[in-house]
Amino acid sequence: MASEGAGAPVADVRLEHVVKRFDDVVAVDGVSVEIPRGSFFAMLGPSGCGKTTTLRMIGGFEEPTEGRIFLGAEDVVGLPPYRRDVNTVFQSYALFPHMTIEDNVAFGLERKGVARSERAGRVAEILELVGLGGLGKRKPKQLSGGQQQRVALARALVNHPRVLLLDEPLGALDLKLRKQMQLELKRIQHEVGLTFVHVTHDQEEAMTMADRIAVMNGGRIEQLGPPQELYERPATAFVAGFLGASNLLPGTVEGPGAIRLDSGELVRADVNGRTGRVAAGVRPEKIALGAGGGANELAGTVSESAYIGVATQVVVRTKAGVMQVFAQNAGTGGHVLAPGSPVTLSWSQDATFVVDDVGGTDRDEEEVT
Amino acid sequence: MGSFFHRHRGLTPYLLLAPGLAWLTLFFLLPLAFLGYQSLQSGSFPNYTFTWEFSNYAKAFTDFRPQLMRSITYAGMATVLALLLAYPLVYWIAFRAGRWKNLFLLFIVAPFFVTYLIRTLAWLNILADEGPVVGVLRDVGVLADDGRLLATPVAVVAGITYNFFALMALPIYVSLEQIDHRLLEAAKDLYASPAQAFLRVTLPLSAPGIVAGTLLTFIPAAGDFINAQLLGTPQQYMLGNVIQSRFLELIDYPTAAALSFVLMATILTALLLYARIVGSEKLTG
Repeated sequence: MASEGAGAPVADVRLEHVVKRFDDVVAVDGVSVEIPRGSFFAMLGPSGCGKTTTLRMIGGFEEPTEGRIFLGAEDVVGLPPYRRDVNTVFQSYALFPHMTIEDNVAFGLERKGVARSERAGRVAEILELVGLGGLGKRKPKQLSGGQQQRVALARALVNHPRVLLLDEPLGALDLKLRKQMQLELKRIQHEVGLTFVHVTHDQEEAMTMADRIAVMNGGRIEQLGPPQELYERPATAFVAGFLGASNLLPGTVEGPGAIRLDSGELVRADVNGRTGRVAAGVRPEKIALGAGGGANELAGTVSESAYIGVATQVVVRTKAGVMQVFAQNAGTGGHVLAPGSPVTLSWSQDATFVVDDVGGTDRDEEEVT
Repeated sequence: MGSFFHRHRGLTPYLLLAPGLAWLTLFFLLPLAFLGYQSLQSGSFPNYTFTWEFSNYAKAFTDFRPQLMRSITYAGMATVLALLLAYPLVYWIAFRAGRWKNLFLLFIVAPFFVTYLIRTLAWLNILADEGPVVGVLRDVGVLADDGRLLATPVAVVAGITYNFFALMALPIYVSLEQIDHRLLEAAKDLYASPAQAFLRVTLPLSAPGIVAGTLLTFIPAAGDFINAQLLGTPQQYMLGNVIQSRFLELIDYPTAAALSFVLMATILTALLLYARIVGSEKLTG
């Protein structure tokens, strides 16, 4: 899953079957991944999925129980953090409170033995890059949360590490600032061209910034790929539910392109070699109200309809189950559907993805926002 | 009452200050003024008269210079020793002792449950000529066969170090305990070895505790007389011993009072020097 095919770029970080156990608890359960040089890689998952532990093992703050970790060609297992060409942006920022911003940022350069004259220039340059030019003489306490976050970023970036690790770097910021920093982080990553490994539980954040995302659950990587692929072709019900909203309809594979739903209807989908029990999935915004939206159709009745500006959110009761639909309000007037009115839902075969059947799909209804 | 405070809200800070100020005036400033008055008296007990007798101060400086020097050097040595012993200990408690932290802190404070005098008398036994410490030191040749610890500066400094140990240890513990461990991870992430992380992050962040512990140890230690009296001889007497005997045994109030001021001035001078060295910023936090 992690291989890059022929002519693969150099992997900057490579994990080979990494396992981490804390006493009886398995935090990371056999993670293998290759992160190409210069990419923005995100590890996404709920708390306790092992993403932060994986990051800490790359940084050297935890040692893997099993497996190997390579930075470039070097196996770094057993090397302390200060011998690894890796820097971290900590969730809490961990700025040194007794030092000025300049001294915080210069800390790594000083330890690496960069001459004082060169240090000053690089510190000024990086503070400019993160938009903090002129604030170098202040102490961390005198800065806002967003500014402290930028200092933490600058302090790591200035060392030009092989890999920059970001541990929920935007978690403490308010929504507006977070959105702004997401784009800025992306810009900075392009500008400096370093490999970023980013840990987050926020799917939108991961999708906005990352080139590739590893969705983690229970210490394992559920699926790894570019954001678009994860969204359009989730491989598991967990991924389908964690990245956005989805409708999952349980059924049985009846042929290479068809699934017989438990309620009797036939759904056209690329089953990707699966057989037996599966669930056919479709994203709410890919469903059209009315016939003609594609090969798949389901009849039902509207049970709720809410106008939310860009779209109308409709809940439709069908024999196959309750379906969420986001109908784009591209025209004027929107979709006004009275509860109880009959409606036909339709969507294309391409918009249908197939995951292993996991039984209940309660969480999908909660996830619809 | 409520409406009174409401109408005179500006008074509240002063009303809150008043009891403390009254206490300080009654039990510190007034006695201090009286002590100053006594220090300028002349005559002999019980007929002292106020004569602006500044020669008391000259006498205090010249006659008791050795004791004054001992006060400062013994207190200084004990302070340094306590710092060197306390820092690694509380560092270990703060960072490594885990759930046993409070138990170890209790061990540090436990001697304080026993009276000062009894604690010092215990050291009399520990350092006794026939005691275990002297025995071992004689066996390994650190002390001569008739060498002793009691009645030496070593015994007095050791006693002071022990008696004021908790006053050094606790403030340092508090400042170490407050250090966010993630700062040390950040230092290591930025290529600092454990030793460098200690010197650049842990030590500076614990400086307020070191300063507080140093003051809390040095100030009372410089005025101490119990340790020199019980563990030493007149050859080890400090200024506190002289003041104590002048006040209570010789009933020489003017000299005792003048000596008290000399000691106070000396301690203040030492503190100002200290503040110069460590930077006054750290003294005030």
